[in-house]
Amino acid sequence: MTGIALLIPIALGLGLLGLAGFFWSLGNGQFDDLDGASLRILLDDDEAGPVS
Amino acid sequence: MNAPAPAKALAALPETLFSVPGMRCAGCISKLETGLAHAPGIAAARVNFTAKRVTVSHLPETTLPELVEAIGALGFDAQPLLDPMTVTGDQESRDLLKALAVAGFAAMNIMLLSVSVWSGAEGGTRDLFHWLSGAIAVPTVIYSGRPFFKSAWAALKHGRTNMDVPISIGVTLATALSLFETIMHGAHAYFDGAVMLLFFLLCGRWLDSVMRDRARDGVSALLKNTAPGALVLESGGQSRWVAASELRQGMTMLVAAGERLAADGVVAKGQSRLDASLLTGESAPVPLGPGERIHAGTLNLDGPLEVEITAAGAETAVADIARLMEEAAQSKSRYVRIADRAARWYAPAVHTLALSSFVGWMIAGAGWHHSLLIAVAVLIITCPCALGLAVPAAQIVAAGALMKRGVLVKDGSALERLAEVDRALFDKTGTLTLGRPDPVNLDALDAPGKALALALARVSRHPLSQSLRRALEAEGVTAASVEGAVETPGAGVEALAKGVRVRLGRPESQLEDGRLACALSVGDASPVTILFEDAMRPDVRASLATLSALGIESAIVSGDREEAVRPVAAQLGLAAQTGMLPEDKLAAIAELDAAGHKVLMVGDGLNDGPALAAGHASLAPASASDAGQNAADAIFLGDSLDPVPTAVRVARATQRIVRQNFIMAIGYNVIAVPLAILGMVTPLIAALAMSGSSLIVVANALRLKGSAR
Repeated sequence: MTGIALLIPIALGLGLLGLAGFFWSLGNGQFDDLDGASLRILLDDDEAGPVS
Repeated sequence: MNAPAPAKALAALPETLFSVPGMRCAGCISKLETGLAHAPGIAAARVNFTAKRVTVSHLPETTLPELVEAIGALGFDAQPLLDPMTVTGDQESRDLLKALAVAGFAAMNIMLLSVSVWSGAEGGTRDLFHWLSGAIAVPTVIYSGRPFFKSAWAALKHGRTNMDVPISIGVTLATALSLFETIMHGAHAYFDGAVMLLFFLLCGRWLDSVMRDRARDGVSALLKNTAPGALVLESGGQSRWVAASELRQGMTMLVAAGERLAADGVVAKGQSRLDASLLTGESAPVPLGPGERIHAGTLNLDGPLEVEITAAGAETAVADIARLMEEAAQSKSRYVRIADRAARWYAPAVHTLALSSFVGWMIAGAGWHHSLLIAVAVLIITCPCALGLAVPAAQIVAAGALMKRGVLVKDGSALERLAEVDRALFDKTGTLTLGRPDPVNLDALDAPGKALALALARVSRHPLSQSLRRALEAEGVTAASVEGAVETPGAGVEALAKGVRVRLGRPESQLEDGRLACALSVGDASPVTILFEDAMRPDVRASLATLSALGIESAIVSGDREEAVRPVAAQLGLAAQTGMLPEDKLAAIAELDAAGHKVLMVGDGLNDGPALAAGHASLAPASASDAGQNAADAIFLGDSLDPVPTAVRVARATQRIVRQNFIMAIGYNVIAVPLAILGMVTPLIAALAMSGSSLIVVANALRLKGSAR
């Protein structure tokens, strides 16, 4: 029983952590531009990007 | 990741949102963000690629036309989005997504505990797990169930019933009963069933809402045909840019060639020709001088005009058409969606079934506790899990497939109505034709002539110059180098090329029948006249053939003169009605309606707005007026007319899949309900049946993925 008393709170806590993370990222705008995010990895961060 | 923003971005600067439909790749993102950050008066720019929008933060003194100019200089067409409605809006999807996330979290964790109970947990352990499940389930049902409770309550208040009523009763009863069971140390708790039900149903709700958002994003990215404002002449002789909503009667606005009017008015100064095709469908330009009335939405073709505003905003002549549109749209709002039609008999059936199993077991002497348990099992099993997913899953997959082919469908009911049409009415100008002048005799120019023409056309914003530039660039012509290019409004562009005076502008003699043309003269040589025509969309004939193969008979309804429509009608072999007012188009649809036909209206102009709203289903090209786009069920991008038959084909395929899904959902009920009534459904069986049927329905819907090919 002591195992369960430890494991169940851990399991629920981890799940809640994931849920909280999802809520945070939703409010933070992480899901606003999914298509754009997949393209931005192709961009160079420096000024010399394809400006031409 | 962000574009490098100069230090001047530190203060809170005004932000303006632009729709830039032309962005297609990663290069465009960086080009816009980096390029704009370096433009004068602009601090930073952020691209949202999904919505095809750019948020520009700029100095307060930078005006809207300057910002559009800055984006234009990077090679993109931009339209400011001033309506806050188009900016916020996906709040509903966001709330549903939150509810879905909570339900998903709860369902997973309760399932974790339930599996232990099913595998034989006994006594104190089982009670503990039930209590834990309840502690997760009750707040979840309260939070995630709200969309259903609200809708069910609204329906009950009006004395109606909908799909949400059995869902709400089922979920609430199941949770309450499970709580009671837990307190009484019972063997079965249905927390997992109740929460899983919410999860699957929220999936369907969310998909439906996302679909509407996506189409709305696409549509608002295309709103572009009414001018967002105008330059207003002030008493001191200066001019000031004023947004359309701020324009008032008595102001004098300056309208340059190539601009659309933002308000109704009377010409005070200037001579020009106007393209009123958006308002009336009339394709030939109308010459116009001082004292004559002009309307918002018309395009100034030639020279600059000073216009005294007589009516702005809601008072413009457009308002009349808007009223007609509203009336026409009412008939469409009476359309009952297939899921609601199913709910009409499904909801009462479910209630009767659950109630009669309760009464039946009571009569059989099972005791109220046992009878209630069985009634709840019946409610959970029959809850339209698969039914709730059957329609939205199929429709969102179909809408996604159509979007890849350039058709933006506004909502699910549009697909349902599109599948039922058997007649098609087409507008001419802008629908069967492209609605813009295209040069038809470019071959008259030699190669150096083309290079010069492009160099001069690039300088001007005149619609003919722009069209010439597009056509020449499409041919891959490189511009010649010219010096000292000067544009005389209404006359043309002049410049020096290697010391020779070259001119692109109005031809010396007016052409007969008012056709559009411009002339290129090099030195003293005789000028070459380039003719423009409103060309037919490519693939029109093939598209119409496909439509008739689908059993849809097409015809033309046009506001244009008969002489202009006849050649098009003859070429396509269609019957045509001409010179029609918006009311006449409505009457034509009403007549077909009365004969039992379902009409698909395809049109673009403001004058088509009421007809688009009245048609059983309607499509508008992306080049259509705001009114046209708002009234239409779907918008298609690009020049080809091919999306029209494609949309009908996909809509019909979607209806087939939806019907299959319904049959599967009903078949599942036919097997599961007798088991539930007999009291053989344990929480384990309920969970298996529910997720199994939902997965099958979703998998079937995914078959639509390639349907638009």
